[in-house]
Amino acid sequence: MKTLGDVKVGESSTIVKLHGEGALRRHLMDLGLIKGTSFKVVKVAPLGDPVEINVRGYELSIRKEEAAVVEVQ
Amino acid sequence: MADSQIHVALAGNPNCGKTTLFNLITGANGYVGNWPGVTVEKKEAKLLSDKNVTITDLPGIYSLSPYSPEEQCSRDYLMSGEPDVVVQVVDATNLERNLYLALQVIETGLPVVVALNMADLVEKNGDKIDTDKLSKKLGCPVMMISALKNKGIKELFEQVKKSAASKGQVPEHKFDSSIEDVLDHIENNLPASVPANKRRYYAVKLFERDADACKLINLTKEKAARVEELVAQCEQDCDDDAESIITGERYGVIAHIIDECLTKAPAKMSTSEKIDRVVTNRILGLPIFVVIMFCVYYIAVSTLGGTVTDFTNDQLFGTDGWYVLGQGRDAYDAAVEAAGDNADSVDPAQYGPYVPGITTVVHDALVAGGTEDGGLVDSLVCDGIVGGLGAIFGFVPQMFLLFVMLSFLEDCGYMARVAFIMDRVFRRFGLSGKSFIPMLVSSGCGVPGVMATKTIENEKDRRMTVMTTTFIPCGAKLPIIALLMGSIIGDSSTTAAWISPLFYFLGVFAVIASGLMLKKTKLFAGRPTPFVMELPAYHFPAIRSWALHVWERCWAFIKKAGTVIFASTVVVWFLSNFGSYNGSFGFLPAMDGIPEEFMDYSVLAMLGNLVAWIFAPLGFSTWQATALTVSGLVAKENVVATAGSLLSVADAAETDPSLWTAFAGMFPTMGACVAFGAFNLLCAPCFAAMGTIRNQMDSGKWTAIAIGYECAFAWVIGLFINQFYNLLVLGQFGFWTVVAIVLLVAMLFQIFRPMPKYAWTDEDETNTASAAVSA
Repeated sequence: MKTLGDVKVGESSTIVKLHGEGALRRHLMDLGLIKGTSFKVVKVAPLGDPVEINVRGYELSIRKEEAAVVEVQ
Repeated sequence: MADSQIHVALAGNPNCGKTTLFNLITGANGYVGNWPGVTVEKKEAKLLSDKNVTITDLPGIYSLSPYSPEEQCSRDYLMSGEPDVVVQVVDATNLERNLYLALQVIETGLPVVVALNMADLVEKNGDKIDTDKLSKKLGCPVMMISALKNKGIKELFEQVKKSAASKGQVPEHKFDSSIEDVLDHIENNLPASVPANKRRYYAVKLFERDADACKLINLTKEKAARVEELVAQCEQDCDDDAESIITGERYGVIAHIIDECLTKAPAKMSTSEKIDRVVTNRILGLPIFVVIMFCVYYIAVSTLGGTVTDFTNDQLFGTDGWYVLGQGRDAYDAAVEAAGDNADSVDPAQYGPYVPGITTVVHDALVAGGTEDGGLVDSLVCDGIVGGLGAIFGFVPQMFLLFVMLSFLEDCGYMARVAFIMDRVFRRFGLSGKSFIPMLVSSGCGVPGVMATKTIENEKDRRMTVMTTTFIPCGAKLPIIALLMGSIIGDSSTTAAWISPLFYFLGVFAVIASGLMLKKTKLFAGRPTPFVMELPAYHFPAIRSWALHVWERCWAFIKKAGTVIFASTVVVWFLSNFGSYNGSFGFLPAMDGIPEEFMDYSVLAMLGNLVAWIFAPLGFSTWQATALTVSGLVAKENVVATAGSLLSVADAAETDPSLWTAFAGMFPTMGACVAFGAFNLLCAPCFAAMGTIRNQMDSGKWTAIAIGYECAFAWVIGLFINQFYNLLVLGQFGFWTVVAIVLLVAMLFQIFRPMPKYAWTDEDETNTASAAVSA
């Protein structure tokens, strides 16, 4: 399964499914990370984690650990 | 409404300009409190232009889901029946995500006015929003405003008053027909007591299996089963869970609305993106961060702030006094030098426009008014009250400067980037990327350090940072370090250069070890807080909000911490000046034949003797050592001066070799001496910092936990130092050696063991709750 954390800097992809549960999952959904949403990985923090993505016209910072629940194409 | 009062709720995403709007329309003379039961800030104020309108600023949220305290209290307030109308503030430059919350607020059935904020930026970008069409699609009035430029605000509130008189709207937007069918069925199953404009809201919430809403509606068993059957069937048809279906439908509706109402100018690189290309650059990001932090620290703590604080402490409030613009200072210094031992006889007023310190002025006024020189009243007023107030106000200039800079960094959007850059390092210790700033500031002074934790949104991270940040040695602890070094090595000037960093390492070690241990305790248990955070676009903060931010924080300190510190200082003054001598109890300095070191007979000495046994395992069980620790609570820089007076070394300074010898003589071994130092550096900070901790935690229980933990940790570290010194250097072995070894093993175990199972209990509770609902 390819996840959001696997997408390289500068690449774009589309969300296939949101795994995980509870508050984190709901928070990601509320922020607009749902099935079919396309996004672009803009950059990675100086120490390698977290990553910054552009989604729905704004910038979002997310840890690779949490990005692992987001399955992408 | 029986009265003519209108209650307006301000809702919106974080960073949508809600607070700027609130400050603008209320003049920000608002009442700041907390929502009951949670430490989420609640602001309430009257509209400037109409005192009959009360505005409640809800916390910035992304959704009305039941998961975070901010979201919960927002929706509780919306559904409480108090607000007559909701102003939904929308960042017009980011319609898509902002409308997601707007749809949910509209679904509550309350009258809503959508305020498209940042109209000026939309225009600048060349985008066009068709507000009439948007208004039709959303089923409520839509107004363009700019809170920053004060545009469209008057019109907005005319509309708000009109809408407040209306009954509210039934939401216009419709989901996919298959979902609408199910929602219709659920609506039909709702009890008749649910009013028409709220039926849709509850139908959607029941569809989502929202635990709070289910409890509130309390369907009959039969109906609940029927609803569950419908939802389950729908989930099967869509091959997705209920929450995802609704979220997907909402974003679907939004995509449709945006297609029709928004014409976007061709995308070009925004200023924000340009700044971020440099500031969060993979290579430049960290160096830039270090430079910015160094500047903040340097200006607020080392140079400007430090100078002003020293001035306030020593010259304005102290006995030194000051020269206007420094005129005559050099001549005075030269005269003092020339006078040698008679320095006290030099009158500073002869050398320039001299203004005596407040303590001196008050003292002279009291004596002139017939009060006994050095008597009870003089001592209470000068040492207790003026001294106490000075200790409080001395920090204000430093804090002011610090908050000017920190609030700017926060309001302009850089703080979110700090968290982005530093997260990797701090999350290992159960802290947040934003914990760095408080720690850095604490190396100057713990008071603004603890205050700086205010920028950490997450409660657990904030509490953990408050608990550990004062472990970092502050400026006032440096004399203690110098005194220790002098006593141990006999030279503070050369060797202190490499030894004092050791105490900083001890501080950093204390932070890391505490972070690793505490995050595995039940207090902080739970999944590491998710770090999913918006990086808002950079913008120059509204001067008004910025100034208010600084003022609110400084005032909160002066007011709340002030009372605590002030009371504590007076209590310590009483303890060290009252006692019994020659069989009579009273004010010691005024007694007949009392020796110079009257503190030996004070209540403080008695109490010191009572609790001295606690420090026996650490090697310093004299009451003097205990009294020194207590005087350190008033202000750490007091320790050296108190040591001087307790040990009868006149005019003692930390660089005075006679004080070193006397100080070293207080302790049986060098291990005990270092243990004393370590304990005093790590234990509860001064009253000023404790007052601030109380203020920041906003809970007596958590303040007690924080201070208790700090003292216990300091005691254990002191025990290690003394016992292991005894064992390894002196070859002594005893009961306390065993205790030290057991504690060391326990500490290492807690640091290195994996995250325990119970850490996930809060998650399990949610699961059981949702299981109960679906059952």
